[in-house]
Amino acid sequence: MDNILSILIFFPALAGILGFVVDKNSAKAYGIAVAAIELILALWLWMKFDITNAGMQFTEKVDLIAQFGISYNVGVDGISLFIVIMAALITLLGIILLRDDTKNMKNMIVSLLFLEMTMVGVFLSLDAIIFYLFWELSLVPMLYIIGAWGGPTRVYAAVKFFLYTFAGSLIMLVGLLSLAYLNHLHTGIWSFSILDWYELPLTEGQQFWLFLSLFAGFAIKVPMFPFHTWLPHAHGQAPTIGSVILAAVLLKMGTYGFVRFALPILPDASVTFTPFIMTLSLIMVIYTAMIAFAQKDMKQVIAYSSVSHMGIIMLGVFAMNAEGLGGSIFLMLSHGIVSGALFMLVGVIYERRGTKIMSEFGGLAAVMPVYATIFGVMLMASVGLPLTIGFVGEFLVLLGFYKVSTLGTILAGTTIIIGSIYMLSLFKKSFFGPLTNEKNRDLEDLDGRELTALIPLVLIVVWLGVYPKPILTPIDNSVKALLVKMENKAISPKTKEAIIISKKEAK
Amino acid sequence: MLEPVNISLEALNLATLMPMLIAIGGGLVILLLDLAKDNLHKSLYVMLTILILLVDLGATTGLTYGANEKGFFDVLLMDGIAVLSQVLILVASMLFIPLSLTSKRFHEYSYPEFFALFLFMIAGFQFMVSSDNLILIFIGLETASLSLYTLIALHNRSNSFEAAVKYFTMGALAAGFFTMGSAVLYGISGSLELGQIAGAISDRMNEPGITILILGGAGLLLTAFAFKLSLFPFHTWAPDVYEGASAPLAGYMSVVPKVAAFVVSMRIFEMFIQLEITWVQDMIIILSVITMTIANLMALVQEDVKRMLAYSSISHAGFVMVAIALATDKANTGVFLYYSLFMFTNLGAFAMLWVSRHKNRIHHSRYDHPYEKFSGMIKIMPMGAIVMGLFMLSLAGVPPFSVFWGKIYLMSATVDAGYLWLAIVMGLNSAIAAFYYLKLIVYMFLKEPTDAVTQETTYYNVSKPLLTILGFAVIVTVASIFMVNPLIEYIDTMVKATNFGI
Repeated sequence: MDNILSILIFFPALAGILGFVVDKNSAKAYGIAVAAIELILALWLWMKFDITNAGMQFTEKVDLIAQFGISYNVGVDGISLFIVIMAALITLLGIILLRDDTKNMKNMIVSLLFLEMTMVGVFLSLDAIIFYLFWELSLVPMLYIIGAWGGPTRVYAAVKFFLYTFAGSLIMLVGLLSLAYLNHLHTGIWSFSILDWYELPLTEGQQFWLFLSLFAGFAIKVPMFPFHTWLPHAHGQAPTIGSVILAAVLLKMGTYGFVRFALPILPDASVTFTPFIMTLSLIMVIYTAMIAFAQKDMKQVIAYSSVSHMGIIMLGVFAMNAEGLGGSIFLMLSHGIVSGALFMLVGVIYERRGTKIMSEFGGLAAVMPVYATIFGVMLMASVGLPLTIGFVGEFLVLLGFYKVSTLGTILAGTTIIIGSIYMLSLFKKSFFGPLTNEKNRDLEDLDGRELTALIPLVLIVVWLGVYPKPILTPIDNSVKALLVKMENKAISPKTKEAIIISKKEAK
Repeated sequence: MLEPVNISLEALNLATLMPMLIAIGGGLVILLLDLAKDNLHKSLYVMLTILILLVDLGATTGLTYGANEKGFFDVLLMDGIAVLSQVLILVASMLFIPLSLTSKRFHEYSYPEFFALFLFMIAGFQFMVSSDNLILIFIGLETASLSLYTLIALHNRSNSFEAAVKYFTMGALAAGFFTMGSAVLYGISGSLELGQIAGAISDRMNEPGITILILGGAGLLLTAFAFKLSLFPFHTWAPDVYEGASAPLAGYMSVVPKVAAFVVSMRIFEMFIQLEITWVQDMIIILSVITMTIANLMALVQEDVKRMLAYSSISHAGFVMVAIALATDKANTGVFLYYSLFMFTNLGAFAMLWVSRHKNRIHHSRYDHPYEKFSGMIKIMPMGAIVMGLFMLSLAGVPPFSVFWGKIYLMSATVDAGYLWLAIVMGLNSAIAAFYYLKLIVYMFLKEPTDAVTQETTYYNVSKPLLTILGFAVIVTVASIFMVNPLIEYIDTMVKATNFGI
């Protein structure tokens, strides 16, 4: 099956179209079945994946608009492989967690399946326009999910989410079109293939402007400070499943974009912009962590902590060395798992009580011991406790970043402290202490449906926390290949230096 | 004493005239048919019109365009863009005319004159696009416009009359500007043929005082076409006229007259730009930027979907106008690509309004199609809501739907020409535009239906022909990714086979 990537991309979409026919009472079972098949296919891809090969595998290429150089071009490497698996896993668990009495269940399942297509498509595309196509298309089902199943001001939040990202990506589109034009000037052929662009020599001046245009698209998606304002709204209003997928997968598109486009195509500009991006990321890390501490709403705490962790990922990406970059890709995965799980957990309590305000709770550990335990595990993983999944990525990122800036690392390291403060205070307020609110007395602990969704995540958190090697090795290979590519392409000695140092140490 | 004129039939090259003759002859046949027998059903006329258009299409595509062939006293010019735009016009007309087969009876379609006028209008547009002689362009323009005014007024409602009169007045003004502009150019060159005008201007370029004449000529012509293309600040008629016209006719007006006007603009203004009269280029860029921005901002505050679509069409025209300023082959290809994709989507969107058109205003005292009318449509007619949603996403430029490809092609042409800032302005305008398209989607998908909205009220005017046309529109909108390559190939050969101006 050489065309497994196409199957991975279009299977959910096809299933989504067929899903219109499925009876509405069976829709959820249908969704679970489809998402499970998708996950199995993704895992099968992992089995077939050659971990010693750092380049693109399973590539497919079909010309779509030959006159304009647009082709359907997909491929997978160590960087994208695990994000795709994570996307499939989170979609499956998210669907499992859906309540049976969700209104318009069929529309929900169909939207989720379309969303899954766009997510997988973004991470597998090797053609800039196809990438852009999935990138933009992912907004539509998300708009519908937030807008139709969200909280009271859901329409405002959904439209804001859509317009914010849409505006950013249109500027990015201009950058992509310019890259294609420069490629045309250089080689004489029109091509939107990222792999061709990797070979394209660009002056520092060109790189500077191109980087800014790509930055507009990616930074809004991440979301980097000061473009993060859409995210708390979206999280605040989105239904549980929406928040889970938004935090776990959609945000990764932004950081993935930096890794796939900005770094290898524009290495010099990436190095030039490093101080700028690091400053923004550090502000984002510390500032949003502080905001998280000030929140009263449990979901907002998780939302801001999620932004804060995205800042750490950005730091790792722009550390420009194997530890930092590899660590940040690992952190993307662990952030996906952990923040996904945390949003699921908030959703669980919200379903029972209809509120997310922490002061309404207290002493939950006594009535819901299993829930409290799982929450505790995820919380520790989020803070970065050793032997959990969160530790590995965060440690690697800070290690890589240390080589770039000592002071920055100390500042970034404080988030672990601030992070544990707000997370533990959340835990304390909600789970410990006396059971003051009578409404909480009769809460039921997790049922089978919720356990099915959450237990796999707990297992992954522990498994990858203890033994991350099977995932780190392929990531590391591809990251090193990417750094070598960057170094070869860089024109200014300063850039080479910034990359070489780390490479020596990587060996 | 006058010399007897001797012209051989071959020199007339009647083949170049065939397409227009077919349309005019077809119109006369329809009139004669009405004379012979009363009370024939409109379906007969519709089918007859489609057949005439098909024959016309055959005659048009059969023309040899590569040699820039001249005909009929050398006033007709059959070059690539002439043939191409005629094909576009004919296809759009064939999509439009079945929309008159509604389930409810509308006044205008009971007159065979409607169909005859329609065919005369097409002949007018065909003359307009296939000539480089300012007189013939003018005649074509006026024939088409006068027929169009009448078609609008035939809708027989007070605001249709208002629309027709408004359009007529504005059109008359534009005609005045056009003739004055042509007169100035004639004064410079002693000719009305664009090729000779270009030659004369380039010869006299260094003469003192010539600049003011060129300024006058090009400026007046630009004003005339700004009226026709509804560019700022001459766009104010458009929303009222669109609102007054019947929905399909409004959709038609947002495509066919614009394509014709764009072809003439290409011939006239790209001539100036190639003569390196740069202020023409700057002027057009400024006009197009202001047009797309103002129209977008105005569209944001509309309460009526049809008016919103009217402003959106203005904004799209402004977007495409950028291509005229660039004056490259790629930009010209982009114009046709844009309109050939936009045509299906926009006609589809207006057809959806037509489906839900009521005899009476049941939703709002002022508007036919307020947003509330589409409230909660997903619950009442899910297919309709999804189809309309697709059209809106396509108009907003969300990939992979049709208009996106036109947009990136034009933006790419802009980037190639070195106008990065302009490409970014175009991009940001698409983002602003996304808001008002989303507004309709929000109403359809995320709001609850109002009491007045039921399946019967929304499907009021539906019929099989309407659904067929909608089906075509949806297929092109969704599957455009597979059609863009052959389209670009075809358009590109046509554009490259054209001699612009010089």
